[in-house]
Amino acid sequence: MLNYAIKRIALALLIIIVVMLAMYAMVFLLPGDPATLALGPRATPALKQELQIRMGLDQPVYVQIWNFFRNAVTGDLGYDVWSKRPVAEMILEVFPKTLFLGVVAIGGALVFGVALGCLAVVWRNTWIDRLLAILSVSMISIPSFVIAIYLLLIFAVWLGWLPAIGAGEAGDPWSQLRAVILPAFAIGITWVGYIARLVRAAMLEVMSANHIRTARAFGLPEHKVITRYALRLAIIPTISILAVGFGSILSSAVFVETVFSRPGIGTLITAAVQKRNFPVVMGTVLFMTAFYLLVVTSADLLMARLDPRVRDVFRG
Amino acid sequence: MSSVASLHSRSVWRTLAADPLGLMGATLVGLFVLMALFAPLLAPYDPLKIDVANKFAGASLKHLAGTDQLGRDLLSRIIYGARTALGISLLATGLAGAIGLLLGLIAGYGPRWLDAILVLCFDSVSSLPMIMFALAVITVLGPSVTTLVLVIVLISIPGYARFIRAQTLSLARSDFIMAERVMDASHLRIILRHLLPNVIGQLLIILSMDIPVVIMLEAGLSYLGFGVRPPTPSWGNILYDGYVSLRQSPFMVVAAGMPLVLATLGFTFLGEALRDAFDPRLQLKVLK
Amino acid sequence: MSEALVSVEDLSISYASEAGDVQALRHANLEARKGEVIGIVGESGCGKSTLASAFINLVAPNAKVTSGAIRFQGKDILKLLESQKRQIRGRHIAMIFQDPMMAFNPVLPLGEQLIDFQEHRHDVPRSEKRARATAMLERVGIPDPAYNLGRFVHELSGGMRQRVAIAAALLMTPEILVADEPTTALDVTMEAQIIHLLRELRSDHDGAIIVITHHLGLIGELCDRVYVMYAGEVVEEGRTEDIYHNPRHPYTKALIDCDPAHLDEPVAFLPTIPGRLPDLVALPSGCSFADRCPIVQERCRTTSPRMIETGPQHRARCHEALR
Repeated sequence: MLNYAIKRIALALLIIIVVMLAMYAMVFLLPGDPATLALGPRATPALKQELQIRMGLDQPVYVQIWNFFRNAVTGDLGYDVWSKRPVAEMILEVFPKTLFLGVVAIGGALVFGVALGCLAVVWRNTWIDRLLAILSVSMISIPSFVIAIYLLLIFAVWLGWLPAIGAGEAGDPWSQLRAVILPAFAIGITWVGYIARLVRAAMLEVMSANHIRTARAFGLPEHKVITRYALRLAIIPTISILAVGFGSILSSAVFVETVFSRPGIGTLITAAVQKRNFPVVMGTVLFMTAFYLLVVTSADLLMARLDPRVRDVFRG
Repeated sequence: MSSVASLHSRSVWRTLAADPLGLMGATLVGLFVLMALFAPLLAPYDPLKIDVANKFAGASLKHLAGTDQLGRDLLSRIIYGARTALGISLLATGLAGAIGLLLGLIAGYGPRWLDAILVLCFDSVSSLPMIMFALAVITVLGPSVTTLVLVIVLISIPGYARFIRAQTLSLARSDFIMAERVMDASHLRIILRHLLPNVIGQLLIILSMDIPVVIMLEAGLSYLGFGVRPPTPSWGNILYDGYVSLRQSPFMVVAAGMPLVLATLGFTFLGEALRDAFDPRLQLKVLK
Repeated sequence: MSEALVSVEDLSISYASEAGDVQALRHANLEARKGEVIGIVGESGCGKSTLASAFINLVAPNAKVTSGAIRFQGKDILKLLESQKRQIRGRHIAMIFQDPMMAFNPVLPLGEQLIDFQEHRHDVPRSEKRARATAMLERVGIPDPAYNLGRFVHELSGGMRQRVAIAAALLMTPEILVADEPTTALDVTMEAQIIHLLRELRSDHDGAIIVITHHLGLIGELCDRVYVMYAGEVVEEGRTEDIYHNPRHPYTKALIDCDPAHLDEPVAFLPTIPGRLPDLVALPSGCSFADRCPIVQERCRTTSPRMIETGPQHRARCHEALR
């Protein structure tokens, strides 16, 4: 288990390093430099030089890369020349809001997805099952930002039930909760469909296993067979996919946060891309990549814990 | 392996026709393809013609889907938007598929050290949150249609390449290729005669299943202002125009969202039906 | 002789398949009396597994009962409502499954499952169910039962697993215990231990035990009476010693001759019965064993034999049974 964990983490770190090198390579292989790109056509040479020095661009490339890595390890993601604030501080300020959004979305998706998947299994091969299948595919394929805009129109503009913009008042959990509902729904619905499909397939496979027959042979009621015996096994592949789902949800957050003008990682990086503010983009990408890899790696390790058979494979 | 042979078989088309969802998907896809091909004939107006006096008009006989904030005919813009959406997604998936095929064959058939490097690159790109990677590239290159296509190609390649690599590796160990090797066949011959025909059918299905994701990416990035720039109509920037004018004309955003909903549904239903008919083991992709 | 506790009457079960209906079980008649151990023996495909799943009312979804009944406590258990069937499972009729590695849930500790299997005792508190599970593990010879209750099935050895499976079946003191290939998954030493355990059980079990196996040795060790099955039919029934020493059906004879325990001297190849099982979708007219039978006659090809009384409690489905 420990060996496996170390291997997984080493791979994640290696990937982060490769990604950062690739991004640096792109910046320096292209004509122009980040300072010129950021300032646009109006840049005067003096302004440009000043910015270059402030961004550390006057130093040799390898020094810059080394500095970036060294700083990143100590939690310093660089300095935003516009807002005159450390990038790490900007990210940490909005990250909890995106995290909250993501957790609510994936949590809701898990609850509804598992429920729909179980329903499809209970009613397998009936019209309910077929209807749920169509519903699941539709939920997977319709883009989250279209759903976000429709939700905004219906529940915020027409019905006025929920706020249209923002993330709620600081220190007021009720308003924060109200503000997270629509965006979380828009993001999570894709995963409701995906999880429902996954759970259905996994459940059907598990339901034909011998131990399910044993449970029935001892007179266990069907609902107990499904929830206690089948779901416990069927949920394992779902958990491993949820981590990937978390990455997907953070991606949809970029669109959905923009639709709801909700402060978060998505709105932060979108604004930075619009201004071609390279330090903020790079810092955010590094941070989110690291976070995503952390989630995926932990999910892998969690899965190994949940399934005693996997656990023993790694131990042995 | 059977997929290539069955691509030509009539029974598969019959299976597809028997699947009502697949049929619906095929119909929707057909409509959008026609729309894209014959946009100039089908569009009632010039999609760029501004008529400010007539802005935010609702649906009427004159403007079937109303007009936007500049008085441009929305239906015409949506029809030309199909051209943008399908053009970009076909170009991007086609390119990504071709490059993925090449890299996958190289990784699977080439020397071990090259394979290791390529796999590390694929894994690095595919383990990034897709949008984060896309936004980073857009920042470096600046938003444009070329950048958009490049971004989509870059994030799609690893998936295709890894698939082709896996297929190539398992095929390379199969008996008939071993037999060819013993007969001293050239590598090029083995690749062209045996590997390629065996993997290309499955690759095509995967590509078709990815098209809705690419349509969504194009629209999403254009919505954010990082893709197709106005005034060129794209479903993404039409939706953005509607979103900005939500309070003046809610109808516009509803109309602008519909083609995206219908196109993604249509392509997904068709892709799933093709998958079920040819190769049920393949998986639906979710944007990451 | 006491009355039958459970009786299978004229039971036929077929499976729907692409090729047509597979007639897995045809007009089977058998019974088990109180305090009796009966054996059902035959090679794979003879219908014994179908019979086993019919006893606990869990036939496959594509299976269809085309005739007959299983009578237990005056009722046909095949015709009960699902909720009534559940009342019988585990409580009155319990099963010792073959291959307990697959028969237990892999991600739930064994103790949890042994507690769940006492589902029928609604009024009994969990702690008491747990105590009963511990006692049962003790009873079947599992060392340190309290510790082993917390383990997962894959953490136990094959012999231990089989003991746990037996303990599970005994939890509710059922009247009828069905043991489906109870020793197939085990090596020879383990098998001897499990047979020993089952013999011990039969001395203080006052219901009936039904042992289903392809292994004649197991029958000889355990059973009072034997039913020999071939191609979905009972072809011979009788007391164990009669079947062993005076088999009347050529298939039973062949089966005994193939049993390695019967060989007196070393041979290069283990004897087998030549030929194959008939196609259960399109059965030949006449005797289903005719193609493989060493004493086949003209009438065997045309007329199906009936059960013929060959002695006290001894019957065989063969035209030549009295020869």
